[in-house]
Amino acid sequence: MKKYDVVMIGGGHNGLVTACYLQRAGLDVIVLEKNAWVGGAATSRELTPGFLYSNCSYVCSLFRPEIMRDLELPKHGLQVISYEGGAVFTRDGDYLASYRDHDSHRREFARFSKRDAEAYDRYARDVTRQCRFIQPLLMRTAPDPFSFKPRDLQEMLYLAKKFGDFSPAEMAATLRFWTMSIADFLDEYFETDVVKAYLALSGIIGTALGPMSPGTAYVLLHHYMGEVDGSVGAWGYARGGMGAVTSALASSFKASGGTIRTGADVAKIMTHRGKATGAVLADGEEVLGKLVVSNADVKRTFLKLVDESALPERFVHRVRHFKMRGSSGKLNIALDSLPEFPALPSGSSCIRGDLHFTDTIERMEKGYDDWKAGRWSADPFVDMMIPTTLDPTMAPPGKHFVSCFVQYCPPKVEGNDWTDADRDAFAETVIKQISDYSPGFRERILHMEVRTPREIEQEVGLTEGNIFQGELTFDQLLFNRPVPGYAQYRSPVRGLYICGSSTHPGGGVMGAPGRNAAAEILRDLRHAPSHMSSAHDVI
Amino acid sequence: MMHLTAFNRAEQGHILTPRLETPFHDQLAALSETNDWYSWAGYKAPHSIFDTELEYFAIRSTSALFDISPMVKYRIRGSDAARYLNRLTVRDVAKLGVGRVHYTAWCDDHGHVLDDGTLFRLATDDFRLCCQERHLPWLLDSAGGFSVEISEETAEIAAVALQGPTAFAVLEAAGFAGVETLKPFQLAEFAHADGSVTISRTGFTGDLGYELFAPAKAALSLWDRLWTAGSGFGLKAIGYDALNRARIEAGFIVANADFITADAALRADRERLPDEIGLDWLVDPQKPYFNGRDAILRARTKGTLKHVLVGLEIEGNIPAEGAIVYHRGKKEVGLVTAAIWSPLAKRNIAIATLSRPFGASVTDNLWVEIYAMRELQYQKLMKRVRVVSRPFVKLDRRSATPPGRF
Repeated sequence: MKKYDVVMIGGGHNGLVTACYLQRAGLDVIVLEKNAWVGGAATSRELTPGFLYSNCSYVCSLFRPEIMRDLELPKHGLQVISYEGGAVFTRDGDYLASYRDHDSHRREFARFSKRDAEAYDRYARDVTRQCRFIQPLLMRTAPDPFSFKPRDLQEMLYLAKKFGDFSPAEMAATLRFWTMSIADFLDEYFETDVVKAYLALSGIIGTALGPMSPGTAYVLLHHYMGEVDGSVGAWGYARGGMGAVTSALASSFKASGGTIRTGADVAKIMTHRGKATGAVLADGEEVLGKLVVSNADVKRTFLKLVDESALPERFVHRVRHFKMRGSSGKLNIALDSLPEFPALPSGSSCIRGDLHFTDTIERMEKGYDDWKAGRWSADPFVDMMIPTTLDPTMAPPGKHFVSCFVQYCPPKVEGNDWTDADRDAFAETVIKQISDYSPGFRERILHMEVRTPREIEQEVGLTEGNIFQGELTFDQLLFNRPVPGYAQYRSPVRGLYICGSSTHPGGGVMGAPGRNAAAEILRDLRHAPSHMSSAHDVI
Repeated sequence: MMHLTAFNRAEQGHILTPRLETPFHDQLAALSETNDWYSWAGYKAPHSIFDTELEYFAIRSTSALFDISPMVKYRIRGSDAARYLNRLTVRDVAKLGVGRVHYTAWCDDHGHVLDDGTLFRLATDDFRLCCQERHLPWLLDSAGGFSVEISEETAEIAAVALQGPTAFAVLEAAGFAGVETLKPFQLAEFAHADGSVTISRTGFTGDLGYELFAPAKAALSLWDRLWTAGSGFGLKAIGYDALNRARIEAGFIVANADFITADAALRADRERLPDEIGLDWLVDPQKPYFNGRDAILRARTKGTLKHVLVGLEIEGNIPAEGAIVYHRGKKEVGLVTAAIWSPLAKRNIAIATLSRPFGASVTDNLWVEIYAMRELQYQKLMKRVRVVSRPFVKLDRRSATPPGRF
């Protein structure tokens, strides 16, 4: 029976990144993907003829350019297009737009507050300073603070030095930033509700916290530290949908000789005397490997795929208590024509960006209150995008694909499993909100896919449908992600690694966890990672 | 008063004109032969109008009109206005008489310069602050406990600089009687159309010159009045490139060109104390407490100032813009931020920021490396420099009162 060098469980973007790097290092890698397609949460699915849905993740910024280059993804079809801005609609029929042009952006804010308009530069400076601090950490394995290995000491020293280079004022700012709520943070700069609501969204996306919960300022940073071609903080569309990222990865992987098996649902990770030996598929077939790498989240990997008896008790305890709570849902909609927003002047660039309907932080927080009570938000926060306004490949001419990210959406409804009726009622809540600002939206709908945490967990495999494979709060970052002592992509089982967003530096279609995991595996194999670029310098 | 929502909506269309036109734009556009525009803080502004070289000589030989409307302007009024500005800025506002203007700067709590600018005392309790960057939140936050009203009036006030040896003659011919009594840094109001214009004897050229401030709606008629009067005195409209040459000769610095303002600095080590950008002479340690005071004085006492901004005279005639400054031709000690061959001084001059002690106590054996691109090839030149005082050019006509007519 064939024994692979590496068995990769799951063909999400991080799994494919790891697989690519390992295959390029000369290892024989097989990717086992339970679905009939690869991509995990970065897919483009044709669920109705002629339309491609980015049906989980829907925008691209965080994906590391070093990885795109190392793995030759442009050659394999990946193209990322910057988009123009966006708007949040206000209940009085106006909107606050975001424009790429610096002075237009200021004038738009000035419609609401001259003060806020002139506060934006300082805000942007402070957030950018934090981004510049964290960016170099993304592509490095977090040190184990309890280890005395030279490499861990060296990395701790690196962290200490980076931090030590700060003035006392900067240190204070960083500590505050990593622990504050986004609402408190924004209050220090801005006075206008709609301005704060617009900026706060990045602090709560994918997170089971409200804008007033401590720790959400960091979540905002997580969404700002990406880039499109060096423009830090910018977001773009992957041409052809987010599946373009993973199909380019899959193509790159196969081009270097890797094997992908779809429809291969892993039921168990086999271990023998504390060492991983391969995976058992749902149909009982065994796929053997010298090493096993799991792209599944840490809970799925260690609470479902690995026998608990093969794991230390405290480790299992920590994994069980790793916060990975479902907080969001998704509507993917095929539209017969471009929706109209009477509040927007015709020809407005906003329609090509992100559109929101939540104009105060209080409304967001109330939406979170519903989640705490086990209900989806009656007045949800929607991040709506129409990538087909810029990407001609995702829908027939004149027709449009609309992606609606919706928050908050609980993993269970008042303690019970989601039912189809719940799902439909959830969708109706969202469609109603959009229709309030876009009359005729409902009539344009040709097809719609509704995904609650139930659907996301079932199909993608993300526990509770948590898009980040674990919340991005300070207690779950760096050397504490996912479990103290196991933040270096290894696990208590020899030969078993994890490479998904549960690991440092966390979620989003970033690829950094997958790349860092490959680096650690190659280190264990004493293989020089010469084909792996270090992070671009932040100068 | 318009309902706030209605006001907000009325302004939605701003995105259709991302480059605003200043109140003088119609005349500038009509005069422009080069159609060479850039964005100055979101306004269309000319690099040149007809020929930068000749525009420069208009400043130095006849007179020039330069539209400064995009300059950010704040109005500060109220019984505590002087006290407030004294806490905000580093220079002593108590010494600034009514009808006077002074150049000043303001700092954050760490003494880092937020901007430099000019402060106009229009009346006992009425000031105008002009600067390069925007500071409304800072100005408002600093106003706690002071009885002041602060408003931003950039768009409402049109402003134009009239500079050059015939500047006074132009004003005189335009009928601004009494303008001859204005001393440097003095201002007065003059009748114009059905309102008034504030004329100050100030400028950014180091030459005889004035700056005129008027409500935006009076801009066109003001321009026409000056233009008509100027026909016999060689008056020309000019763009920024010509002005920039004159300001380098005058040794003036530009925010976010010769130094980085603290609010714009993404890298903390780019922030500067006043003493590090040649503004130490503005700081008045004798006056009551002002923002940044302790940090500035501490750095002076402890000798922890890291940088110095200096004027350089460079051998040869090739401008050294962007050149690295070396000590003994090897050790990198600074950067040239602005440089030209000075037509007036017939010297090769530059403004540079150096790491102390270079430029401060060590001024010998300094060099710049100039990369002169000549027909697709760099001529690398290592040229000796001398630290010299600014201004590089000092003109008696700038301060003569009454002013000369040419």
